[in-house]
Amino acid sequence: MTIATDPPKDSFRLSMLLYDTRYRALTIQVVVLLLFMAGVAWLVDNTIQNLQTLGKDFSFGFLTNRAGYDINQRLIAYTNDSSHARAMLVGLLNTLLVSAMACAAATVIGIFVGVLRLSPNWLIARLMTVYVEMFRNIPVLLWILVAYAVFTEVTPQPRDFRLTPEMEAAGETPAASMLLFDSIAITNRGTSIPEPLFDRSLGNVSLGLFDVSLDLVALVAVIVAAVLANRALLRQAARIQDATGRRPTTWWKSLLILVLPPVLLLVALGFHLGLPELAGFNFQGGILVSNSLMALWLGLTLYTAAFIAEAVRAGILAVSRGQTEAAYALGLRPRRTMSLVILPQALRVIVPPLISQYLNITKNSSLAIAVGYMDLRGTLGGITLNQTGRELEAVLLMMLIYLIISLVISGVMNVYNNSVRLKER
Amino acid sequence: MSDTHAETVAFVRETMLPQAAPPASQTGAVRWLRENLFSTWVNGALTVLGLLAIFWLGTHLLPWFLHGVWNANSLAECREIIANRWGDEASGACWAVIRERWNQFLFGFYPSHLYWRPILALLLLFAALAPVLFGSAPRQLLILSLAYPGLAYLLLWGGSVWFPISAYLGFGAGIAAFLLLRRAGQSLLAPIVAVLAAVLWWLFLAGPVERGLQSMIPLAMEPVRSNAFGGFVLSITIGVAAIALSLPLGIVLALGRRSDMFLVKALSVGFIEFIRGVPLITLLFTASLLLNYFLPPGTNFDIILRVIIMVTLFAAAYIAEVIRGGLAALPRGQYEAADALGLDYFKSMRLIILPQALKISIPGIVSTFIGLFKDTTLVIFVGLLDPLKGITDAVRAAIEWKGIYWEPFIFVGAIFFVFNFAMSRYSMHLERRLKRDHR
Repeated sequence: MTIATDPPKDSFRLSMLLYDTRYRALTIQVVVLLLFMAGVAWLVDNTIQNLQTLGKDFSFGFLTNRAGYDINQRLIAYTNDSSHARAMLVGLLNTLLVSAMACAAATVIGIFVGVLRLSPNWLIARLMTVYVEMFRNIPVLLWILVAYAVFTEVTPQPRDFRLTPEMEAAGETPAASMLLFDSIAITNRGTSIPEPLFDRSLGNVSLGLFDVSLDLVALVAVIVAAVLANRALLRQAARIQDATGRRPTTWWKSLLILVLPPVLLLVALGFHLGLPELAGFNFQGGILVSNSLMALWLGLTLYTAAFIAEAVRAGILAVSRGQTEAAYALGLRPRRTMSLVILPQALRVIVPPLISQYLNITKNSSLAIAVGYMDLRGTLGGITLNQTGRELEAVLLMMLIYLIISLVISGVMNVYNNSVRLKER
Repeated sequence: MSDTHAETVAFVRETMLPQAAPPASQTGAVRWLRENLFSTWVNGALTVLGLLAIFWLGTHLLPWFLHGVWNANSLAECREIIANRWGDEASGACWAVIRERWNQFLFGFYPSHLYWRPILALLLLFAALAPVLFGSAPRQLLILSLAYPGLAYLLLWGGSVWFPISAYLGFGAGIAAFLLLRRAGQSLLAPIVAVLAAVLWWLFLAGPVERGLQSMIPLAMEPVRSNAFGGFVLSITIGVAAIALSLPLGIVLALGRRSDMFLVKALSVGFIEFIRGVPLITLLFTASLLLNYFLPPGTNFDIILRVIIMVTLFAAAYIAEVIRGGLAALPRGQYEAADALGLDYFKSMRLIILPQALKISIPGIVSTFIGLFKDTTLVIFVGLLDPLKGITDAVRAAIEWKGIYWEPFIFVGAIFFVFNFAMSRYSMHLERRLKRDHR
């Protein structure tokens, strides 16, 4: 028979650092810390030595120098006299532009494909499976290159759109025609889309770094105000319903509140679309979207939509059938079952992978280099890096910017996850 | 009872009716069509749309595929053959480029008299993978699996036979130190000394030993420089190496992230979030441009090795997150049960936690591997000739194949598809095989 005794109260021995579980964690952490610090010191020391040998210093002063190169696709004013910092900003905005466009389009396509893949329709379900498997298993770079080849090789030249008097007399039609009531022209030099114009424009206001159109600000303000007013109306209707059990008809009021003010504002500003027109050898007017942007957008969209479709499908399948049946048993109508029971649960599963796909789009947009689209990687990590020879600073800065974008996106995801998490023990 | 019944009912049929055939709309193809394609108006419309899409694709692409030409030496010759055979308006694929540049797509600029070496390496890879992937393969092959990395290095890059052997001797030194110390009763000191012994061997002894052996018994294969690599040899080399290395690293990172030790956890989180936050291209740039700054002056090591290291780190961060999900999905009872059995940390992880967590994470791990294999195409941006852009650009640079786009893309895409699709099917097979609940 053994008797449990207190642990021996002998003094501290050195071997206890390793053998005593109370101290072992501490020992390991100290060792890890020492190794880590030694590693960092080694890297920094090497870098300093190498910079000295090369006669370089570590400074971001090059960002204020004249860039001296052109960027054809840009959202803010930029000339080759602008600084490298401004070129970097143009590149960053281009990255964000193509990412936002691809996120929006991929979400729409992904939801459609994901839902249709679960359709009872044999043909459609299989077609969607083929789409998803094809795009998921082939590198995104290939899709971007294929899209670029389509835009540059297959699309017609601007002169194919021309209707000469001789052709008109012979009753012929041009080899190519514009889409959507002559508003969009896809050519091998770029895609021309209509441009919003204002006759009585409010002008621009300069924000230091870039100009902001007051027309746009006014439009956004009016739409936000209309949405807020509509929500107040709906809240009031809900109050009346709670009090009397009868819900007043609101749909035409909502429609009026939401549609009328923006339309009135647009009319007051003299809004019209500037359509692209064939003039000389190319299309004039409208906005010319470069082929590289279109190709990158299409490639990223189709590729990521396949992943989003899988996320949507998994989310819908994750809600068990019993939930639908329970909602029906409670007497909920199918639409309210969908919006109150199924969707909130499916979204909890769908949204995290969806946001990580948005993150992937942002990171994959750096493949712009393959088609010559000037994103952050093309400006700061491309021409600026090569012109100034500042690899260390440029690559570190580029990583930092991508890191910040990613952290912001995953921060949003964490907030969402915490708000919808199942509350358990 | 039955008597009263017979009295109240006027007529009772006493014979069975012969079985009638079901109505036409409830049998065979008609029923299948009605149920699967035209069950509702919406479904009917979708079916018609789908058929139209298939028809459109078929009429536009099928002739192009069918008119394909396999025997030609240039794109112009292809077009001529198609025009002669199918008329001036016909368009057709020029598969001849695949036939003529087959070796380039597969091997890049690898010396042609050494093609047998990558082919042998690939065959040995299948043999080495068999015991790892399939339970039914003979266990003796595991020895080949262990020896494979050295063999593959030797076959692909050539050089002294003693280099991989002296590298393996480092593992031998570590294992010997471990066994000796454990016999001496120092079971906790043993792994530390083993790692130290191996590292010391590689740092100080491996080089002299290799040179000594080489001068005594000169055994070497013709060396191949890294810039000769290209095409699928390059992709598969990088992909296989990074897949094999990133799984263990990912497991370590995932365990680090769930560790109770603050510092280990902080470092793991920092590393994972940093890697996941930046595009792979910037990491490859770091490998090609910045390593010269970070390493001691004068060091210059192989670009493929650098890329493998970066791709490994990249994939390991993603795998760590997948495995962390698996670890989090295990019920807490499993951890508590392992503690209750008195297992220490490593034993409980090895015997109880990881087998279950890894099983849960299989789909995620395999899709990370698929992503990794697809990402090997990005090495073009650090100047290596990947099959997708590097080799196709090289093919298009030749005057006879100028302007050929679709055929190389389709060929390369099809090969990637086959590999990745096989990987995803294997993961489904593995999930079924490891399924333990009989539901």
